[in-house]
Amino acid sequence: MKTAAIDRILERYRGDSSALIAILQDVQEEFHYIPEEVAIRITEELDVPLSRVYSLTTFFKAFSLTPRARYPINVCLGTACHVKGAPRILEKLERDLGIKTGQTTPDRTFGLEAVRCVGCCGLAPVVTVGEDLYGQVEPAQLSRILKKYKEAGSKS
Amino acid sequence: MKTYRSYCMVCAGTACVSNRSFHIKEALEREIEKQGLQDEIAVVTTGCNGFCAVGPLVVVHPEGIFYQQLREEDIPYVVEEHFLKGRPVKRLMYSPPGEQTPIPKMNDIGFFKQQRLIALRNRGLIDPERIDEYIARDGYFGLAKALKMKPREIIQEIKDSGLRGRGGAGFLTGLKWELTRKAKSNGGKFVLCNADEGDPGAFMDRSIVEADPHSVIEGLIIGAYAIGANQGYIYIRNEYPLALKRLIIALEQARNYGLLGKDILGSGFDFDIKIVRGAGAFVCGEETALMASVEGRLGEPRPRPPFPTEHGIWSKPTNNNNVETWANVPSIIRRGAQWYSQIGTETSKGTKVFSLVGKINNTGLVEVPMGITLREIIYDIGGGIPHEKAFKAVQTGGPSGGCIPAELLDLPVDYESLSEAGSMMGSGGMVVLDEDTCMVDIARYFLSFTQDESCGKCTPCREGTKMMLHLLKKITEGKGTEEDLETLEQLAHEVKETSLCGLGKTAPNPVLTTLRYFRDEYEAHIKEKRCPAHVCRQLNTYRIDPDACTACGLCRKECPEDAISGGKKQPHLIDQQKCVKCGICFDVCKFEAVCID
Repeated sequence: MKTAAIDRILERYRGDSSALIAILQDVQEEFHYIPEEVAIRITEELDVPLSRVYSLTTFFKAFSLTPRARYPINVCLGTACHVKGAPRILEKLERDLGIKTGQTTPDRTFGLEAVRCVGCCGLAPVVTVGEDLYGQVEPAQLSRILKKYKEAGSKS
Repeated sequence: MKTYRSYCMVCAGTACVSNRSFHIKEALEREIEKQGLQDEIAVVTTGCNGFCAVGPLVVVHPEGIFYQQLREEDIPYVVEEHFLKGRPVKRLMYSPPGEQTPIPKMNDIGFFKQQRLIALRNRGLIDPERIDEYIARDGYFGLAKALKMKPREIIQEIKDSGLRGRGGAGFLTGLKWELTRKAKSNGGKFVLCNADEGDPGAFMDRSIVEADPHSVIEGLIIGAYAIGANQGYIYIRNEYPLALKRLIIALEQARNYGLLGKDILGSGFDFDIKIVRGAGAFVCGEETALMASVEGRLGEPRPRPPFPTEHGIWSKPTNNNNVETWANVPSIIRRGAQWYSQIGTETSKGTKVFSLVGKINNTGLVEVPMGITLREIIYDIGGGIPHEKAFKAVQTGGPSGGCIPAELLDLPVDYESLSEAGSMMGSGGMVVLDEDTCMVDIARYFLSFTQDESCGKCTPCREGTKMMLHLLKKITEGKGTEEDLETLEQLAHEVKETSLCGLGKTAPNPVLTTLRYFRDEYEAHIKEKRCPAHVCRQLNTYRIDPDACTACGLCRKECPEDAISGGKKQPHLIDQQKCVKCGICFDVCKFEAVCID
C-alpha cells in the first residue's frame, strides 16, 4: 500500500534532482506525516543522505515526523487575528481539548497548532479545522464547532 | 460569445468562499433556471472583489448593483424582485456604518470610490479560470506588443514607467531587468516570481493570483523575453490552495494557446514556467533563501553580493520580482510608460495594493495611487474604526515594518515617507490598531514571530531576536526595569546593523518604532506596572462589580484556581491572593461584571 503510493510519487519527479522538497510535500499530503521507512526509501532512490531529509523536514513547517491528527485545528495568529483576540481562542481550545498547542488528543481526533496568517485577514480571527475555514470566531462558538467534528469522527 | 441581459458576478475569493459563496452561486443558478431566465442571466464566479468585510457578495452588471452578506434563503427573493420585476433589493445592499440609506451601486461606495485599479484591474470582472475572459479584457495584448519590440526597448519602457519592486525594498524594476539582461551566463537565465507571501496580515499576492493569474503569467513572459530567459519559476505558498489551483489551470490554458512553450506567438522565443510550492518558512520570502529552496535545498539566505541578477538559481543570473510587480507589467507595456508614470508621486509611481485589516470597518483589499494619505485610506476607504474607538496606530510592512501613530495620519503613502517614519512599504499589509491595542504587546508579538522564523544561520538574528523577545516578555509581565529598556534599544540597533539578511535587518523595526512613538506605554509597564490598554494580563487586577454580577456562577465554575467565591443570588468575589490573572472570568462573563483595574 505504502510502497505503491511512494512509487507513484517518485515516478512523478523521475530525473529531477531538485525535487526532494516537492517529493516530501507529496508524501506529507499522502500520509499526513513523513514515515521513517518512506524517508529511507527516498534517500536510496535519490542517493542523498538521510540527514538531508531530516534537516529539510525539521526546517520547513509543512512537514511532520509524527502522524498528525484526523482533524488538525489551526488557529491563525497573524497580526489581524492577534489584535482581534486570537490568543484567547487558542487558550480556550487548549482548555476545551485538554492539550497544549502543538499536541494531539490521545484519540488522534484533534491536533492543535498556532499558524502564521492564512491570508483571510478580512475575516479575523480565523480558525481552520481540516479543510474548513471559520471566520470571525468567538470563543463561545468553539465547543459547537468541535462537536460537529467529534460526531463526524465517531460515525465513520 | 453569447451575451446576456445581466451578469451576476459571485465573488469566489478565499474569504467569500469560506462564507459559502459557492452555495450562493448554486442557489442563484437553481433559481434562475426555475424562473426560466437561464438565457438572459449569467452567473460568473470571479476572484476576490476586495470588500471582504461584507461577503459573501454578488455584483450585478451592467448596472453594478452591489449585494452583500447574502444568505441562500435570500436568493429566490433577489431573483424574483431584481431579475423578474426589475426592482433591486434595497435591504441586501450596503449602507455605511451608522447610516440607514443603502448605496445601490458598487462604484458609489466609499470603499471603491477612491481606488485606482491596475494590478487588480480585472478583479471581479472575469472568471479567473477562463483565459478567454482575460483576453477579452485586452489580456496578452501587452505580450503581443512586447514581442514586436526589441528587448532593450522593453527595459527602457519599464525604466521610464518608474515601476519599483512591490515586494518590500522598492528597487527599480527596469534597472533590475537591465542588470540581469547584461549579466554574463554560460547556460541560460531565469525569471522568478516570489508568491511566498509570508507577512502576517497581508494577502495582496494571494488575491491577485486568485483573481487574475494570467496577469502574472503575462508579466513573466514579457520580462523573460526582455531579459533573455527561457525558464521561469513561480514560488507559491502551499497554504494558498485556491491560488495554486487557479495558477495551474492558467498555465495549462496559456500553453494550449501557444502563449507558453516553443516559438511563442510565432516570435521564435521559447519560454515556460514551473510552479514550486513553498514548504512553510517565512525566511524563504528572502530571495537568496527562496532560490536555495527552489533548488531543493534548505531555505537559508546567503550574503549578497553576488546579487541574484548575476548569481541566482543554479548560479545563473536570475531576475526575481514579486506577484504585484509582475502583474503591473502588462498594463505598462500596453498603455505605455508615460501613462503609468503620471500616476503617483515624484519617486513612487503607479498604484499599490494594500490589505486593510485589523480594527477597521471596511476590511479588505484596496489598490490606491501612491501618494494618497493614510487618513484617506483608513477613513474614506476603510470607513474608520468600529465601535467609536479611538485610532491609535497603523502597522505597515509586516514584521519588517513599524507602527505609525495618529499624529502622522496625513503622511502620504510612498516608499520614502514610510521609511522616514521608521516603517516601510513592505509588501502592503496595513493593520489598523485602536485604543484597545497595547503597543508593547504588538512589539512582543512581532518579535515572537521573527524569533520563531529566524533560520538561525547568523548570530545577531538568532541570538539577538531571542534576547529582545526575552526583554519584551519581561516588560509585558511587569518585571521590566529601566535598564532593560536601554538594553532593548541598544540590541535593536545592533541586530539591525549586523544581521545577514533582510529578516534580521528589519526585525527590530516594530520595536524601534513603538519606542519612538509610544515610549510612554513602555514606561507605564515598567515604572507604574500598568498596561494602559489592559492587554498584558499579568499587570491587570480583576474585580467583580457587585451591582452588575447576576450570580450566574459561570466565572466560579471556569476559574482554574478556585479563586472565585459566591453562592446563589450572591454577588461573586475574586480572592486576589489566589488569582493567577488568567483572565478567563473576564472572557466568560456575559454581563460585563468582571472589571479590570
